[in-house]
Amino acid sequence: MADAHRREWASVLAVTVRVTRDLDTAEEAVQEAYVQALRTWARDGVPARPGAWLTTVARRTALNLMRRRHTLESKLPLLVEPGDAGRPEQPGGGSEPVRGAIIDDRLRLIFTCCHPALASEAQVALTLRLVCGVPTPDIARAFLVADATMAARLTRAKKKIATTRIPYAVPSAAELPGRVDAVLTVVHLLYSTGYTARSGRELVRDDLCHRALGLARLLRGLLPDEPEVAGLLGLLLAHDARRATRTDAHGRLLRLEEQDRARWDRTQIAEADRLVVAALQAGPPGRFALQAAIAALHAQAPTYQATDWPQILTLYDELLRVWPSPVVALNRAVALAMVQGPAAALAEVEALERDVRLLGYQYLPSTKAELLHRLGRDAEAADAYQAALALTSNAAEEQFLMERVHATTPSRPNGSSGAEPPRSDIS
Amino acid sequence: MSTTPDPTMTRYVVLIYQRESAGGVADIPPEIMEANERFDGQVTEQGGRVVAGLALEPTAAATAIRGAVVTDGPFIETKEALAGLYILEARDLDHAIAIARMTPTWEGGVEIRPLLDFQVMEVS
Repeated sequence: MADAHRREWASVLAVTVRVTRDLDTAEEAVQEAYVQALRTWARDGVPARPGAWLTTVARRTALNLMRRRHTLESKLPLLVEPGDAGRPEQPGGGSEPVRGAIIDDRLRLIFTCCHPALASEAQVALTLRLVCGVPTPDIARAFLVADATMAARLTRAKKKIATTRIPYAVPSAAELPGRVDAVLTVVHLLYSTGYTARSGRELVRDDLCHRALGLARLLRGLLPDEPEVAGLLGLLLAHDARRATRTDAHGRLLRLEEQDRARWDRTQIAEADRLVVAALQAGPPGRFALQAAIAALHAQAPTYQATDWPQILTLYDELLRVWPSPVVALNRAVALAMVQGPAAALAEVEALERDVRLLGYQYLPSTKAELLHRLGRDAEAADAYQAALALTSNAAEEQFLMERVHATTPSRPNGSSGAEPPRSDIS
Repeated sequence: MSTTPDPTMTRYVVLIYQRESAGGVADIPPEIMEANERFDGQVTEQGGRVVAGLALEPTAAATAIRGAVVTDGPFIETKEALAGLYILEARDLDHAIAIARMTPTWEGGVEIRPLLDFQVMEVS
């Protein structure tokens, strides 16, 4: 049942929305179909095609709801389906819709949820709720807000979809690249939220990572010709391969160079590598393909020192060109330190300190601290670690930074090797 | 211009924000003025319709009223000032975005908002 929920939710909802043309009614009908399934399947067993069963029940429920509420006659704006030239009803109502139709419907749903006219936190929440079927209280917990706050956020977003007439459609070819980027940004944000939870329970984190990976796989299947989709899936897999080794048995954060590479998931790394190759062969790489290539190089390196740093630096140069973000520049500085030494990297990081977009970004002072430490300037390093510590609220990161403050405070014996590379968000 | 709404279309207001200068309209580069003249035709080609359009005198001519206080200037001071607006009929938000994106502006941009209902004043 949980399995059916996870696998079928998006398809069932996507098809039902086409009946209701109203996200709320569709959501309610699908919810009701799952409740009925719980009862019926426990008694009669799981049907041969659970998705078709759920779709039929959800559509019937939706029609009843609409009849009761006269939604069809109301003045409420309905979802717009452009170019919907008399799509035939499914014969008999119970047969599974043709494969292509299902694929299209799920894509429509995803593009509607990730429309750039919606606030980014609303895009993420809507995607979790409508595409993944995650209950609102779980989404609220994942993003550390009250249930009522998350419910209100979802309601506002659905209202905006209706009043501004955000179409229930796959964008035109001309708009597609930009809109795909918006979708990938949402999925990536979802994964990052799970991967480095600001605080909160580990279970929630893992669940978000699984959801994001599931979405990336779904998108890869739906948009096989988009190299950036391959890039995103590759990026997530390369990170996910290392997820279990990012903390030790006591929950202490381990840096990339401290992680047990023998425990990295080779299957995921191999898949990531294939995706990176496919993405890079498709033409000038975008930001996700480039990030995936960097993550894959890290994942394939036998040791931290033996990582192909010059190649990583080249990829960062290219990434900075297609995506001039100060966070990218900061990560590039880490690679620069490995290629040209800490002094060159420190100069770059100090230049970035003047960028207001990085104000409050904890990895800036922590990266600076590591570089200062490598240069033997431990008193300054300790100050920078303190600054980073003030900016994080994640328990594992706090503990890590506290240890670093102690290790670099000159009055205490310094147990580290003195040749430690700086930390970045790639740990 | 007809104001009979097409039930399959949605009406949006496109607000045009752009740079202002002391000379007002006379300072707007000629290529932007020419682009403005072609714009209606382009909208029609894209399957949309401009129902009405208004161009405003610069904010130097604005008078703001807050409660009892009357002051010189616009209600909200911004770098890019509201220069005009038009009512656009489009199929959905994506269609409206595709059209509004072509609006000629002088170092500015536009904001799209759906109209609350279909009551539109005749602009002659």
